[in-house]
Amino acid sequence: MKKELSTNEFIKIIIAICDNVEKEKDYLSELDRATGDGDHGVTMSIGWSAVKEKVSTLENNFTFDKICMQIASSFLSAVGASAGPLYATALMRGGAKLKDLTVINSSQLSEFFDAAANGIQDRGKANLGDKTMLDVWLPTAKKIKDISSSTDNIIEILEQGSLTANEKMLSTKDMLSKKGRSSKLGERSRGHIDPGAASSALIFKTFYEATQNL
Amino acid sequence: MFNVDMAFKKIINDPYQVVDEMVEGIVLAHSDLLKFANNNKRAVVRKDAPIKNKVGVLIGGGSGHEPAFLGYVGKGLADGAAIGNVFASPSPDPIVDATKAINGGKGVVYMYGNYAGDIMNFDMAAEMCQMEDIPVKTVLVTDDIASSPLEKKSERRGVAGDFYVFKIAGAAADMGMELDDVCRLAEKANDMTISMGVALGPCSLPHTLEPSFVLEDNEMEIGLGIHGEAGVRKGPLQSADEITTELMDKILNEMDGSKKVSVLVNGLGSTPLMELYIMYRKTYEILKKNQIEIHSSFVGEYVTSLEMNGASITLMKLDDELQPLLERETLCSMFRV
Repeated sequence: MKKELSTNEFIKIIIAICDNVEKEKDYLSELDRATGDGDHGVTMSIGWSAVKEKVSTLENNFTFDKICMQIASSFLSAVGASAGPLYATALMRGGAKLKDLTVINSSQLSEFFDAAANGIQDRGKANLGDKTMLDVWLPTAKKIKDISSSTDNIIEILEQGSLTANEKMLSTKDMLSKKGRSSKLGERSRGHIDPGAASSALIFKTFYEATQNL
Repeated sequence: MFNVDMAFKKIINDPYQVVDEMVEGIVLAHSDLLKFANNNKRAVVRKDAPIKNKVGVLIGGGSGHEPAFLGYVGKGLADGAAIGNVFASPSPDPIVDATKAINGGKGVVYMYGNYAGDIMNFDMAAEMCQMEDIPVKTVLVTDDIASSPLEKKSERRGVAGDFYVFKIAGAAADMGMELDDVCRLAEKANDMTISMGVALGPCSLPHTLEPSFVLEDNEMEIGLGIHGEAGVRKGPLQSADEITTELMDKILNEMDGSKKVSVLVNGLGSTPLMELYIMYRKTYEILKKNQIEIHSSFVGEYVTSLEMNGASITLMKLDDELQPLLERETLCSMFRV
């Protein structure tokens, strides 16, 4: 049972995400070679490496919103690409919901993910079913919101979120791409998992596992 | 299948430093023409920027397409370029730095190929610059006819047609036109520019050294994108004349009765000039046969895709408004017009 998350714990989770992205970068690039230009793993590795460097310099008294802003801008500056604006907007919008806080509860965590998912939608202008990371973010954020109305156990909430993210990531395999470079493939985009959905599911999985291991 | 004996070899140091080291090399080699904006190694501008009372032309995109985009910075063309990682859009930072460095008081036009990542980053940068009262407008290049049908022209990718669209806008800005006029002419140039390409072999990212796509030993792919995006048709490799005829058939479908063009035969990275000129020869013959006048021709590497083997043909349809802009003198680091 875990009811609260501190900024120090959040930074440990972020570092775990950096490490897992680094481990999975070849897999992410391989997915991207099937439907895109093959660089998603490289992009994620460059971005999260910059984040890892950044969090080691953050002051101890930083609040959630400040940490999120710092992480977002270092990620964005390092990568650009599509992933940069999308993940940076997610972090900035999510962080804005946690203004001046150093400890958050389950419903605040749920608001964080909800705002992050909406930020991705605003920035990328994709719709559900377009075969993008949004197909993971929207349903996962909704699941987290639903579960957090019946429990305040952060670990349970994140576990359900991680399961949903994984399931939704797999569901992008049969979708027809309607956004980004892969949209030009038409029917040939089917049969491949969307790389952005895969990196998003990896983040939810790591968020859960790292929280459990705190 | 991809032949393991053909493993990619590159003259690099650290794959994560290739872009920074390339840009340093370019600015060192052409220090008479180029400088960094705000010491940002991903923002390169004309040495004499900002030019007072001139619309600033800012181009950009991922690395790996050299001479696009840095090579287009110079008098009569772009005032600055924002540079991303390999095949990835630049982030808003260098776009903002370059915008401020080239703003001569008449605003700045952003021009780049139509890709989702570039749009998000350039739009974020445009919002930031507008907050600082720099007027910014955007014109996207959408010349690749293989990527979407004509009725969805605005969804097409930007490929080698960048050259013509940037050239026209650069000339218009150089003549002292206002931001709205520069944009109108750039959009017109984009409407008049059509490209189609063929790929014979993949490139590889320096970080992975994996082929960006797979073709059989004796296979080619028509309409493949400049980042290895899949094309419209894979088939056995044909002769230069057959390939050129197939590309030109598609391009001529969109001529709209135009009778005068400029021709660009562009190499994608490892196709020799010999082969590009063999394609040009056939292109010339086809245009003659269709009674289309060739105003000018460009053969060489203008928008590449690392070491991809392949080529594209671009036509820009010319009228009395575009022709003098195309003819206007240009001086940039990697080529002259």
